[in-house]
Amino acid sequence: MSQDKCTIQVNGVEVEARPGQMLIEVTDAEGAYVPRFCYHPKLSVAANCRMCLVEVENAPKPMPACATPVAPGMKVHTKSRKAIDAQRAVMEFLLINHPLDCPICDQGGECELQDLAMGFGRGVGRFSEAKRVVRDTSIGPLVSTDMTRCIHCTRCVRFTQEVGGLQELGTMGRGDRVVISTYIEQGVNHELSGNIIDLCPVGALNSKPFRFSARAWEMEQRPLIAGHDCLGSHIFAHLMGGKVKRVVPAACEEINETWASDRDRFSYEGLDAPDRLAEPLLRENGHWRAASWDEALDAAAAGLRRAGGDLAALLSPSATVEEGYLLQRLLAQMGSASIDHRLRRRDFRSQDTEIEVPWLGMPVADVERLDQVLVVGANLRKEVPLLAHRLRKAAVRGAGVAFLNPARYPMHFPVADALQGTPADFWLHLATLVRAAAQGGETPPGMAELLGKAPAPEERHRQAVARLREGGRSAILLGNIALRHPRFADIDVLAAALARLTGSTLGYITEGANAAGLALAGALPHREAGGRARARAGANAAEIIARPPAGLILFGIEPGLDCPGGAGWQRAPAGGRFVVAFSAFRGESLPALADVILPIGTFFETDGTFVNGAGQWQSFSAAARLPGEARPGWKVLRVLAERLGVPQPGQATAAAIAAEVRKLAGEVMPDALARQRPASAIAAAGEVSLQELDLPMYQVDALLRRAHALQLTADGLAGSMPEGERLTA
Amino acid sequence: MQASDRIALLSAHVREEIDHWVSKFPAGRQRSAVIGALHAVQHENGGHLTSELMEAVAAYLDIPSIQVFEVASFYSMFETRPVGRHSVSVCTNISCMLCGGEQLLAHVEKRLGIRIGESTPDGRIFLKKEEECLAACTGAPMIMVDHRYYENVTPARADEILDALE
Repeated sequence: MSQDKCTIQVNGVEVEARPGQMLIEVTDAEGAYVPRFCYHPKLSVAANCRMCLVEVENAPKPMPACATPVAPGMKVHTKSRKAIDAQRAVMEFLLINHPLDCPICDQGGECELQDLAMGFGRGVGRFSEAKRVVRDTSIGPLVSTDMTRCIHCTRCVRFTQEVGGLQELGTMGRGDRVVISTYIEQGVNHELSGNIIDLCPVGALNSKPFRFSARAWEMEQRPLIAGHDCLGSHIFAHLMGGKVKRVVPAACEEINETWASDRDRFSYEGLDAPDRLAEPLLRENGHWRAASWDEALDAAAAGLRRAGGDLAALLSPSATVEEGYLLQRLLAQMGSASIDHRLRRRDFRSQDTEIEVPWLGMPVADVERLDQVLVVGANLRKEVPLLAHRLRKAAVRGAGVAFLNPARYPMHFPVADALQGTPADFWLHLATLVRAAAQGGETPPGMAELLGKAPAPEERHRQAVARLREGGRSAILLGNIALRHPRFADIDVLAAALARLTGSTLGYITEGANAAGLALAGALPHREAGGRARARAGANAAEIIARPPAGLILFGIEPGLDCPGGAGWQRAPAGGRFVVAFSAFRGESLPALADVILPIGTFFETDGTFVNGAGQWQSFSAAARLPGEARPGWKVLRVLAERLGVPQPGQATAAAIAAEVRKLAGEVMPDALARQRPASAIAAAGEVSLQELDLPMYQVDALLRRAHALQLTADGLAGSMPEGERLTA
Repeated sequence: MQASDRIALLSAHVREEIDHWVSKFPAGRQRSAVIGALHAVQHENGGHLTSELMEAVAAYLDIPSIQVFEVASFYSMFETRPVGRHSVSVCTNISCMLCGGEQLLAHVEKRLGIRIGESTPDGRIFLKKEEECLAACTGAPMIMVDHRYYENVTPARADEILDALE
């Protein structure tokens, strides 16, 4: 037998195991259930609940399965008299101080303690003394606390410390007086904090927005893909009467493991916003009135037809593949290629030569296996919280993670280096890095002018280059701040050069849930579906925003908040411009600008497909019921196309549309370094502030802006600006 | 407050003491020095810790504040609110209980006019809450005053000891 395998007996059955592996992993794999509270496969072993006691032959006492390493020849009994007696005794202890308030506890019906008390508890309690009571403190707007119910398993403490990287909860006091608490009345502010709700095996930590609004067994569970960042996390929506009551993560080891970011978990609250649209709205003599779909679609078609080919569309980077595809086809058939989802991008100089579909360049799970990473222009924890978690895992493992940013963002893990510069010029470090990498060799062709602007390399630049070259897997990741930067084309060319010189992968952390999918669907002015270049490019987002055409379609956006410069948009004099808005919410900027507003569904209420940052196509079915007359966006687009006389045959379902796009797109995601990209003509120095580059994390789309509890968090209240910058904002 | 401002609350002597404890553990295990650090800080601060001082220790050791508070709240030798100058513990664990420790405690409480866990209004004496066995069973009943043991204590002897405290 090889060194790394041994055989043990579980309940009389021979099982293969790794010496040193904990018993509970082996019994779990074998399907021999051992009750537990404190053990969690993603957290360190605490062995403090003692619920998983099992009998090990020749051991004098029952052993905790979570903290007993496997040894060859071990004979384990999980259901013997001795094991069951030990488990029942532990259960009796755990219940001594646990209140009997299951009927008013949100955890009731899905409670690990309740379930195990059914299996291992006694019918009658022998403890007749008074139970202890723990005073609750508020730890924030997301997680409710009923600490009298706590059994001190410390899963939440270990989560904040080991996964969050910032210990916000701790065990105070000792013995029978121990309580889980924050440091002197501080809150729990981490962007992954909602996961302690799932981890809590009892009803001590629960969802505050969900509190007392439904029972576990009344709800039905529908799988969904989260629609707020480019990870495409798997989630479940829990519904009652067609309404989303709460969201929990669905396990998907390759994307979100077992976690959900607070943004994905609590955004559903925005669905019930007071300005949610339930019927089409029509502007008539300067006033808005509710209209039937027939009226509204006829008005929209007539208005757009009047605009002729002078037509453009802006859509949310979180629109689905189906919506993006239908919208660009509709526009193309009307004779326009002016469609864009890159709303906050400022620099389009390189759009023809850059990668066709921006993506991470690797599967999500591979990010944690990287050995050296340089993140350029990303407030990563706020942009994609669970990607920051993957990078944290890499850094904790020993990888070198360096940042180049216009501000210092706290990361909760050891950072190899944090290069920093002004918002306008921080990227010059990248040119210096290329100079350092090219030293002694040839500088990449055509870049002399760019490199000439860069300061000479210092020791830290040479070290950063050496780290990327060090061997192992290295990557350069460009984040939202880089993508929004007025010198993005230069950043991109330099990053590609540095990647080539150091043998690193180049990847992009894109905005919204579906930037990759929309690029593949052809929702771009310069590329059609599948990524091929258009014969004649249309206007890009910045051009559309600067010079709106006669006919404009806004899909899933609020121009005042989603388009830089859109806040200044004035409604053209009657007859001057016609604006059709597809939106789930009324908001303030749409009524000021639009002529027709068509109510559509969010990703909770629409069949659709997102392509995540790793190039994975993920389709989902509508989970929640649409309010009133609202309809899924892709259906409205189909009907509008018919009214415009450009019908879309053969696409009766979202799945069929997605399949059509997928056929055009092919299966292989492009390589960011596959083609040489020339340096762009030097742009005028673009002044830009940090506030323009880095958006508060709960402001990135219309649904989030209406998610009440998230807006009350520290991130919601303060935005995601670092402290110093916030004061000067 | 910046970390450096917090650290400024610690005297040079306390920092030396903390460095001494940190040096006893492998690099990166400075969390292990928390107990030693808190002892030094509490001693200099007249017998109790404040949240500012605990944060200063956390900043000095570069660990989360909550980890310092966990330790301070766990061990009975750390006081997290202001207490009297002299710390008096009356043992009531088994040996002392059998030899009259409980009566001794009742006597001390009556004499000082305070209950265990309280300090005298003049700030002179703090009667420590529920001290467990202090390992002086051969001389039961015993009391501990500012780390000094007094064994075979009678009520009269207790009065003498307490009266002698400044």
